[in-house]
Amino acid sequence: MNIHVAGENALMIYFGQEANPAVSARVQQVAQRLPALLGERLLDLVPSYASLLVLFNPLLTDHLAVRKAIQAALSEDKSAEASEGCLVELPVYYAEESGPDLAALAERASMSIEEVVALHQRDEYRVYAIGFAPGFAYLGQVDERISAPRLATPRQKVPKGAVAIADRQTAVYPAASPGGWNLIGLCPTPMFDPSSDPSMPVSVGDRVRFVAIDKGEFLSLGGKLPGGGLL
Amino acid sequence: MSVKVISAGILSLLQDAGRFGQHQIGLTSGGPMDPLAFHWANRLCANSAGATAIEVSVGGIKLEAQRALRLAVTGGEMPLKINGSAAQCWQTHSLNAGDRLELGYSQRGCRAYIAIGGGGFDVAADFGSTSTVVREGIGGLNGGALQAGDELASHVDMNTQCWRVPAAERPLYRKWVTLRVIPGYQQHAFSRIQQRLFFHNSFEVSDRCDRMGYRLTGPEVRADIDGILSEGICLGAIQVPADGQPIVLMNDRQTIGGYPKIGSVLSLDLAKLAQLLPGDKVSFAPITIDCAHNALHLAHSRFMAAQLEPLCSE
Repeated sequence: MNIHVAGENALMIYFGQEANPAVSARVQQVAQRLPALLGERLLDLVPSYASLLVLFNPLLTDHLAVRKAIQAALSEDKSAEASEGCLVELPVYYAEESGPDLAALAERASMSIEEVVALHQRDEYRVYAIGFAPGFAYLGQVDERISAPRLATPRQKVPKGAVAIADRQTAVYPAASPGGWNLIGLCPTPMFDPSSDPSMPVSVGDRVRFVAIDKGEFLSLGGKLPGGGLL
Repeated sequence: MSVKVISAGILSLLQDAGRFGQHQIGLTSGGPMDPLAFHWANRLCANSAGATAIEVSVGGIKLEAQRALRLAVTGGEMPLKINGSAAQCWQTHSLNAGDRLELGYSQRGCRAYIAIGGGGFDVAADFGSTSTVVREGIGGLNGGALQAGDELASHVDMNTQCWRVPAAERPLYRKWVTLRVIPGYQQHAFSRIQQRLFFHNSFEVSDRCDRMGYRLTGPEVRADIDGILSEGICLGAIQVPADGQPIVLMNDRQTIGGYPKIGSVLSLDLAKLAQLLPGDKVSFAPITIDCAHNALHLAHSRFMAAQLEPLCSE
């Protein structure tokens, strides 16, 4: 296990070199144990694919004491079940009008659009990390055949709800923002709503499955097609 | 209502000490870019440490008191006028209904803080904090910067005493600062030569600098790797993208990212960086995390031990 200094109030724990469900479960397990061990000395936690950033209050403690707490969290029973996480279904309207990169992605994969859409729905994805923007959940991993690099030139504006692929990750844009991921559909479920509790339908460690819906269902679930073209 | 915004200036934001414990849903920390000036402003108003104040970037704000109240202005040198007459920063001022307070454009230091007596501006908290993060649309009045016509509330201030920060305690805002860096993160992905290049040269603040990050220009610093598996980013982290031009990540940074990082700037120095303008210069000096903790404790003790000077009523 690797614990490294990141900053005056930050230690980074590395759990592995790559993203996989076992590593991610371990990240979650340690993230769930630290609040009880550190109490008010803990400022914040940033779990990611294979690492956990631990932020502490440097006026209440120091990096040596936090390192000890981290070691205690790491040495607790490893086999203990990290909470399984919920299974969340997210509806997606997959179409060329809602997913402007769908055709290019299908061509790249030498598949029909229908096959790409079926593959995207086939697997259960894990929420590996949340970041970049409020409510932006990094989901993985998509089937290698439908993975695609980020666009050479990011779009100025990706619409709210855009379902997208970058490398072997997939995500739903929680709000309109610039972005370079390949857009394959639109999801009507709000991914971030500050006025509701919880503010997000998913948390790190949850599992997500995408389910195709048609245009009528999309609109009746409150989905909106972005006006003025997607590009 | 206690204060009306007549003109909001370039960028004026309500800020408390920052938003913590929300990184797991992707919310950044926000909070004052220069915490020392922010804390002095609140102390001058006898507020608790994290009371909500206005952070004024560059200047140009104009406020009108709607009733009798006390305000204090600290931070970057922006000419202060009350009802058109020059007034002193780093002290409390008593205002009556209809009085106008105005900050001109900065001479040195580009962040100033306006605190109000009675416990700060009374704003509803979003996710446990009033700090405004415009990029997220969270905090402040409606998730955005202050605008002309906005009205701000505060509790009645029972205190009437005015105070001044002793001259010796006021920070000097310079045009060239040395930023102490705790080497960390992917420091080993930077060869000895690249680390020397980084620590022995000066860099210029580019015009791409905001509350999210300060992009610097200077000699190209190369990491051995292009990117890493995305991971958490702490305040002050210095990320070095493929173009070799470092970016110091500030209060409104993204919470995770995949560029290699050479270390993180000490928060005390980050406050100085936040006061610089494009064209100003910085250099970096490595320190250990133990030195960093000592510096933080010393700065905190000094702040707590410093006594405000009472002013006779105006």
